[in-house]
Amino acid sequence: MSTGRGGWPLYEVFVRGKRGLNHVHVGSLHAADDVMALHNARDVYTRRNEGASIWVVRSDLITASSPDEKESFFDPAADKVYRYPTFYSIPPEVPHL
Amino acid sequence: MSVTEQSQAWELAADFERTIAADQRIEPRDWMPAAYRATLIRQIAQHAHSEIIGMQPEGNWLLRAPSLRRKTILLAKVQDEAGHGLYLYAAAETLGIDRTELTERLITGRQKYSSIFNYPALSYADIGVIGWLVDGAAICNQVPLCRCSYGPYARAMVRICKEESFHQRQGFELLLTMANGTDEQRAMLQESVDRWWWPSLMMFGPPDVDSPNTRQSMAWGIKRHTNDELRQRFVDMTVPQAAALGVTLPDPALRWNEERQAHDFGEPDWREFAAVISGAGPCNAQRLAHRRRAHENGAWVREAATAYAAKQRARLAGQG
Repeated sequence: MSTGRGGWPLYEVFVRGKRGLNHVHVGSLHAADDVMALHNARDVYTRRNEGASIWVVRSDLITASSPDEKESFFDPAADKVYRYPTFYSIPPEVPHL
Repeated sequence: MSVTEQSQAWELAADFERTIAADQRIEPRDWMPAAYRATLIRQIAQHAHSEIIGMQPEGNWLLRAPSLRRKTILLAKVQDEAGHGLYLYAAAETLGIDRTELTERLITGRQKYSSIFNYPALSYADIGVIGWLVDGAAICNQVPLCRCSYGPYARAMVRICKEESFHQRQGFELLLTMANGTDEQRAMLQESVDRWWWPSLMMFGPPDVDSPNTRQSMAWGIKRHTNDELRQRFVDMTVPQAAALGVTLPDPALRWNEERQAHDFGEPDWREFAAVISGAGPCNAQRLAHRRRAHENGAWVREAATAYAAKQRARLAGQG
C-alpha cells in the first residue's frame, strides 16, 4: 500500500461530470480518511464545476487486471467475430436492419 | 538471468518500443525501461515543484492587490497553481515514487524547479507580466506535453492547460488596464517587461546544442519539440501581443525575418541561467526556506488529521 505523508493512504478519484454520464477516473490524492479524501477531491478536481458527483476509493482496495496477462486475459474475445452485427450479410433492399 | 527470462525481457522491451512507435500511451503498470521511468520522475517532479514554488511570487501580492476583484482573481490563480502541483505529484506517484519522498527532495534541494521562480515579483505589474509572459511560456511548453507518451502525465497536462489559459488572459487583461492608465502605470508596465523578458526566454531551457537529453526524450515521445523550436514559437506569438500593449521587448536584435517567416532574436545570458539553476538566483534561498517552513509548520495539522482519523476508525470498530 502506498502511504505517503506520514501514513496517509492513496485514494483514486472518480468524477461524474454531469447527470447522465459515468463516473470517470480523474487522478489520485492522499488523505487521512474517506471523508477528507472526498473534501480534498472536491477542492483539487472540481474547482470549475467539473463534477455533479464524486467517488473516492482507496487505491489498495482496487483489483486490476495485469498488463503482463493482457493477451491471455483479453484474447478470448478476439476470435468471436459473430458477436458483431457486420458479421451477418443481409440483402441491401431489406429495410430497418 | 535464464534463457527464458532473457527472452521475456526482450519481448517486454519490444512491446514498449512498439507502443511508442505507434504513438500509443504507456500506462503505469506497463513495463518500461528504467531510464524512461527515471526521466519521467525527474521531469514530472520538477514540474510539480515549479507549480508549488510558483505560488510564492504571486502569493506575495495577495494582500496588496488593488481591488477585491483583483484579489479574488489572484487568489483563484494561486489556488490553481497548488492544484496543478497536486495533479502532477499524483502523476509522478504512478511511477512508484512516494509523495513524502518528493517533498523531501524539494526541500533538501536535491530536485530542482523552474529557474523563473527565483526572480522576485517587485511591482504589481509583475503579477500581470507573470500571467502574460511566464504563463505564456509555460503554455508553449505544456501544450505539446498533452501528447506525452506517458498517459498519466499527458492527462494531467490536459487539465492544466485548460486552466492556464485563464492565467494568461487575466495577466494580459491586467496589463491592458495599466497600458490604458496613467504614464506612471505605463512606465511600471515597461519596467516589469524589461525584467521578465529574458528570464521568460530561459524557461525553455538551454539551447539545443547544449541540451543532451532532448534527443532521447524526443525518441521516447516525452518531448515533442526541441527547446529552441518552442522558444521561437513563443517569441513569434508574443511580439504582436507586446505591440497591442504598447510595450517594447528589451532585445535590440529582435526583428521580423521575411525569409524565415519568423522573428530573429538575441541570445539570453546563459551564464545567468546556469547561476540561477545552481542556486545563485536572487530568491533561491528564500523560496526554499519558505517551502521548508510551510512544510514544518503544517506538521501538527497532518498529525492531528491522522489522530482524528484513527479515533473515528476506533469508534466505528467499537460500534461493530
